[in-house]
Amino acid sequence: MTAAVKLKGITKKFGDVTAVDNVDLTIEDGEFFSLLGPSGCGKTTTLRMIAGLEFPTEGSLSIFGEEVGTLAPNKRSVNTVFQNYALFPHLTVIDNVGFGLKMQGVAKKETKERAMEMIELVQLAGLETRKPSQMSGGQQQRVALARALVNQPKVLLLDEPLGALDLKLRQEMQLELKKLQRDVGISFVFVTHDQEEALTMSDRIAVMHEGKLLQVASPEEIYESPANRFVADFIGRTNLLDGTTADNETVVLSNGTSIRAQNTFPQGTKVSISIRPERTKITQRSESSDPYSSVQGTVETITYLGNARVYGVKFTWLSIEVREENRPGLEVFNVGDDVTVHWEYDAISVVED
Amino acid sequence: MSNAVEPRGLSKVGLQINGWLVYLFFYAPIVLLVIFSFSESRNVGKWGGFTLSWYEQFIDSSNARNALENSIKIAIVVTIISVILGTMSALALERFTFKGKRVFDALLYLPIIIPDVTMAVMLLLFFGEFFEILDNLFGLQLRKGFWSISISHIAFNISFVSVVVRARLAGMSTDLEEAAVDLYASRWKAFRHVTFPQILPGIAGGALLAMTLSLDDVVITQFVAGPGWTTLPVYVFGLIRKGVTPLINSISVIMLVSSMLLVGLSLLAERTRRGG
Repeated sequence: MTAAVKLKGITKKFGDVTAVDNVDLTIEDGEFFSLLGPSGCGKTTTLRMIAGLEFPTEGSLSIFGEEVGTLAPNKRSVNTVFQNYALFPHLTVIDNVGFGLKMQGVAKKETKERAMEMIELVQLAGLETRKPSQMSGGQQQRVALARALVNQPKVLLLDEPLGALDLKLRQEMQLELKKLQRDVGISFVFVTHDQEEALTMSDRIAVMHEGKLLQVASPEEIYESPANRFVADFIGRTNLLDGTTADNETVVLSNGTSIRAQNTFPQGTKVSISIRPERTKITQRSESSDPYSSVQGTVETITYLGNARVYGVKFTWLSIEVREENRPGLEVFNVGDDVTVHWEYDAISVVED
Repeated sequence: MSNAVEPRGLSKVGLQINGWLVYLFFYAPIVLLVIFSFSESRNVGKWGGFTLSWYEQFIDSSNARNALENSIKIAIVVTIISVILGTMSALALERFTFKGKRVFDALLYLPIIIPDVTMAVMLLLFFGEFFEILDNLFGLQLRKGFWSISISHIAFNISFVSVVVRARLAGMSTDLEEAAVDLYASRWKAFRHVTFPQILPGIAGGALLAMTLSLDDVVITQFVAGPGWTTLPVYVFGLIRKGVTPLINSISVIMLVSSMLLVGLSLLAERTRRGG
């Protein structure tokens, strides 16, 4: 497989601020790739460097083998869907969509035909003479997509394109985008701060924090075996318990409790164990439970979510979140109940601080 | 519809009266001016029956026509040049970073702040010295007139155009330009197809302002005009010294109507552009 985009030792500085710090990254042709991280982590800057809207301070950046580090954006065969769409307000939908072709000197008739085809593909037929201001957010989103895809880019870059839509529309667009990506077959590079969105859509995810790349892996891998404490905490909800490794089977928590936890760190490494709320079970307190995979506590808070209950269980030195799906016949606890929280040995992961 | 913050009772009546008074102060003099421009009497403030003779006199007066012609010629040249330079400086300040930007920014607005008289004396001195140097070096015998007036008007209009265009540019996000270059537009094409249409209302506003200020200016023009050269407002000012006749009224009405036409046209242009 050819690498669609390849970053080697890419660094971007704005004055004294390092926005992107020595990033190595390979995006394969045809994959849905997400850059995920909190705001200010450098994900958008990375995307803008691929687009050519920023030039890297150091490193090498290539698109299908061609070095493009400081090549002007209009000379790159990639197109961008901007965060707030950046549709041209003075142009109609069809002129917006045809803009890229017109700039490339494609004949008027062909431009019109191809723009129309793309407008039909994104299901906006009949609206081609409207101005962007006469359309809803979701429709503008589709125009932005059509405007980028009509140029048949080798890679499509998307900068938080769903951020401005409401939840329901966003979920619809997620599925639609994923389907569109499969249909056109090119790689999509998708920037988002929404971990759920990234998990739903991506073939692979790169988690970024403070300009650095923390982990690049499939959604399953990122969720099941996070590379470090930040990734574990950022992806999904989790309980992080501080401790130190005793051996490759055991972690001693900060209060002295020993927990059975598979790990590959040398003895005495400061680690956290990550226990996902939905992977724990809550029962009436029983002293007979396995002390290496359970803790005793008291229910402190209950949050009713409809499809689940989330218990906040207080131990002497910390609180743990426990999520129980709302199945019929399930035992329900009240605030103040003494309980035991258990988990399977393989339900937890050990991460470095 | 009434709501909690709408004025009621006495304050409502007071505000209405205030509104009407403001309009009265604004428009009563204009109405009087128009009425007396049709007055037969030689006395400016006295009604002496209807006549068009003051307008005929204006048309017959070669001096007045000459002055009007000068005014229009200067206004056109000034508008074109100051719109180009003003827009360029607005783009430089709003879209680029360069050394000395803050100084340039501050200095650019100086002509707006400096009193007209100071500016006039400055320019008078400048042209005096400059023409002398040219005379000494190249034997060029230049006289103050069309170009000295135009250059002076351009000098202060660049600032005004720049302010207006910059306000428009500041309200336009750079995303649009980025989207244009992402869609294969060169820098020039991005300007022509995206930036320019977006800031056109600002440019039109700036042009209108420049034209009005140029047509209006008395103080600076009078200093840099030189003998035998006059614009319409300077000509009117000169007439007053010879004794006021309703000829001044008629000239003023002509100026008023033409500037209103200008404003009306630009509003109309803006509306059709938006609607189209």
